[in-house]
Amino acid sequence: MPTNAKTKLATMWLSGCSGCHMSLLDIDEVLLDLAKKIQLVYGPLVDIKNFPEGVDVTLIEGAVANKEQVEMLKIARERSRILIAMGDCAVTGNVPALRNSFEDSDQAVLQREFVENSDIQQTIPTDVPKLLKKVYPLHEVVKVDFFIPGCPPPAGNIAYVLTELLAGKVPLMENKSKYG
Amino acid sequence: MTTKTVSLKIDEHEITAQEGKSILETAIENGIDIPHLCFLAGLTKTGACRLCIVELKGQAKLFASCSTPISDGMEVITNSEKLKAYRKNTIQLLLSERTHVCSVCVANKNCELQALADKLGVEHVAFEREWTSENVDSSHPFLVIDRNRCILCTRCVRVCDEIEGVHALDLKLRGKDSQIIVDFDDSWDKAASCTSCRKCAKVCPVGAIYVEGEPLSETKDTGIADFVLSRRKK
Repeated sequence: MPTNAKTKLATMWLSGCSGCHMSLLDIDEVLLDLAKKIQLVYGPLVDIKNFPEGVDVTLIEGAVANKEQVEMLKIARERSRILIAMGDCAVTGNVPALRNSFEDSDQAVLQREFVENSDIQQTIPTDVPKLLKKVYPLHEVVKVDFFIPGCPPPAGNIAYVLTELLAGKVPLMENKSKYG
Repeated sequence: MTTKTVSLKIDEHEITAQEGKSILETAIENGIDIPHLCFLAGLTKTGACRLCIVELKGQAKLFASCSTPISDGMEVITNSEKLKAYRKNTIQLLLSERTHVCSVCVANKNCELQALADKLGVEHVAFEREWTSENVDSSHPFLVIDRNRCILCTRCVRVCDEIEGVHALDLKLRGKDSQIIVDFDDSWDKAASCTSCRKCAKVCPVGAIYVEGEPLSETKDTGIADFVLSRRKK
């Protein structure tokens, strides 16, 4: 059963722009090496509805901005051996967290977007997950094992972290991390 | 005139240097890298950022190398595990105050704080961020101060006072609430003493003071203070 020997990799997309996933795809020929060693079991790149059990490595892009994302993140944490914050939004909050500087920002951003800046149907939607009072980086919600900062993280850094982990080594980010 | 020299050891390097210099200056002259932010050649030393801390053999406490003069027989350790950990903490504390969001900052890729965070491997900030909302003043025709990005290194205050000689900038309040002010906390366009020389923007290590519409890579000139001083001595 060759597939069983493969490392199970999942990715997740919270409040981010998907740029980190683009950077993940941008690791060029390293993808071919990875493909031999991993099985992609969940994420926006595959069509699987529920986060599976027993995942080895999960890469998460985006900050935590609403209630659904808190649940998703907690499920990912429970079911993953190693959880990695991928990109500045997941690591620091970044752009989604800019609203944290405003009072009652969960209401204020909706008011601004759906009422003040809207020409038609000026209504705040109610059938979507509720925004949190503040936007959080992943490690303020669950335990995070590794961080790959960057907006987006350089493809080489994602490749480095994944390659080191697959080789059973601990990736070191000194002189490597790249905010912004 | 005779200049006294002292002999000291910085890490594994045996060094002879002029008396009166600080450890950091001596290290820089000899190509030894000690991380620093508030220090700038040509300005007085404040020891504000605490990034340039070093260990001295035989002493339990840590010293800010920018403001500690060298002495004979001194043995300096610049990069122990303890120092690395302290420096990482310091960077994280700086990042957790105010709102440092590199991706939307004018200083992105031209920022000493960002560069140090990357270099020292500060891949995340363990402290909860404050997300404060500070005053931004863009009233000046081309100089902008965004206090959200300020790390209170006071390079701008010192360059304005010591090199330009007008002291248009200063600090108000205390601790992390401190703010850079122009004249008597006026808006910048009303500041009578400012000569619009741009030196504050040239030396700002982050993107707190910048020239509107000009890339920071062009504005920044951290050698300005030392250069002006060297011409004055003649």
